[in-house]
Amino acid sequence: MSHAHAEPVEHGNDMPDSLHDDAVHARNPMLAHHFDDPRHQFEAGKLGIWLFLVTEILFFAGLFCAYAIYRSQHPEVFRWAHHFLDWKLGAINTVILLASSLTAAWAVRCAQLGQKSGLVANIVLTIIFACGFLGIKYVEYSHKFHDGLLPGKYFAPVEEAWETPAFAHKHPESARLAHELAEYFAKNPVKTVSGASSNGNMAAAAGPVIVRPALAPEIEAKLRNPEVVGPLVDAGIIENPRWVAAEGLKRPAQAYAFFSIYFFMTGLHGVHVVAGIIVWLWLLRRTLRGDIGPRFFGPVDFGALYWHLVDLVWIYLFPLLYLVS
Amino acid sequence: MTRTIEIGSEEPGAPLASVENIGETGYSHVISLPILLGIFGALIALTGTTVAVTQFDLGPTWNLVVAMIVATVKASLVAAFFMHLLWDKRFNLLLLLSAVLFLVLFLGISVNDRSEYQNSIDAFNQAKDSAIAK
Repeated sequence: MSHAHAEPVEHGNDMPDSLHDDAVHARNPMLAHHFDDPRHQFEAGKLGIWLFLVTEILFFAGLFCAYAIYRSQHPEVFRWAHHFLDWKLGAINTVILLASSLTAAWAVRCAQLGQKSGLVANIVLTIIFACGFLGIKYVEYSHKFHDGLLPGKYFAPVEEAWETPAFAHKHPESARLAHELAEYFAKNPVKTVSGASSNGNMAAAAGPVIVRPALAPEIEAKLRNPEVVGPLVDAGIIENPRWVAAEGLKRPAQAYAFFSIYFFMTGLHGVHVVAGIIVWLWLLRRTLRGDIGPRFFGPVDFGALYWHLVDLVWIYLFPLLYLVS
Repeated sequence: MTRTIEIGSEEPGAPLASVENIGETGYSHVISLPILLGIFGALIALTGTTVAVTQFDLGPTWNLVVAMIVATVKASLVAAFFMHLLWDKRFNLLLLLSAVLFLVLFLGISVNDRSEYQNSIDAFNQAKDSAIAK
C-alpha cells in the first residue's frame, strides 16, 4: 500500500474507550463534556452565533424589502412623513448605540484579558446605553401616539406635514405658501353647485363644481415659482399648482404606510434591544459568579456580536427613516 | 498590529492570558484600545457626515445613494473591527457576505417585480375612482 493514511486503524486492546481527556476538563470547569478543549468549544459557539446573525439579517430583510418597495413606488409618502420624525433624537440614539457597541467590544477585550472589574463596568455601561436608547424611543413613540401618527387604520394625524416645525425650518417659503393657501380655503369654504347651473356653457355631465373666488396675485406668483411650490408638490401636499384653488391642500393617499413601516422596523429593532439587555444582564450575572475569564469568554464574545448586529441595523434605519430628502 | 493572544493554553502551570504572552497560535484576537477608540471616533464622525450631507440637495436619488454609502462604510467598520472579522476565520466573513448577497437579491428582485406591475395598479385605481364617481 502506497498511501500510509489509507491503512485501516486497528482497534487494539491498548485503545482507550474514549478520547475524552478528563484532565483538560478538570482544569476547565466551563468546558462542556462534548468538546475536546476550550478552542473547540469557542469555535463551535462562534459558528453558531454567526449562523444566527445570518438568519437575523434575512429576518430584517423582509422589512427592508417593504421599505424599498414603498419608497420606490411612493416617494411622496416618505417626503411628507419624515418631517414628523425628529432627526436630532435619531442622531442622539445613533451615538448612544455606537457608544454601546464600543463598550460591548471593550467588554470582550476585558473578558479575554481576565480584567473582571473592567468587564463588569463595560457590561453595566452597555446596559445603561441600551436603556437610554429605549428611553429616547419611548419619548418618540409617545409623541407619535399623541399626534395620531400611527400605522394603518389608526392613522389620524392632528397636524399636516407643512404645519410641522421641521418643514417650516427646511422650506420656510413653501410653509408660508401652504399657510396662506390654508387661510384662503378657511375663508372660502367649498360651495358646490350642480353641474346644470344657470351658466349655459357648463356641460350637464360635468358633475358638482367647486366655486371659489380667484387667488390673490401674490399667491398665484408663488404657485408659479418652482422653488417655492416644489417641496409642496414633492411631498404630495399640492397635486397640481394650476388646480390647487379647486383641489385644496392634500395629503398623500398612503401616508399611513410610512408609519406602518416606521413602527414595525423600529419596533422589531427595539425588541432586539430589549433581548440584548436580557443577554447582557445574564452575562453580568455569569461574570459576577466568576464563570468568565481568559479560558471562557465565548458567551461575552457571542453576546457582543449579537449586540453589534443590532447596531448595524440601526446604522441603516437612521438615514432611511430620519434623513429622507 | 495584529496581536493574537494565546488563550486556553493547556500546559500545566501556564500563565493565564496576558498582553505579554502573545503569539500567532492563539485562537482569538484581542483588539487594542487605540483601535477600539479610533474606530468609535470614526463612526461618530461618519454619523456627523451623513447628517451634514442632508443639508445639500443632490437630488433624491443621490442623497439616498450617499447616505447608503456612508452607512455601509460604518457597517463595514463595525463588522471588521468590533466584530473581529478582520482577524477571524474567513468563513465567518463568508457567512456575513452570503447574507448580504441574499438580502440584495431579495430586495432587488422584489422592487423590480413590483415596478413591473405599477401601470396595472394605476389603471385599476383610476377605473375604481371613476366607478365611484359615477
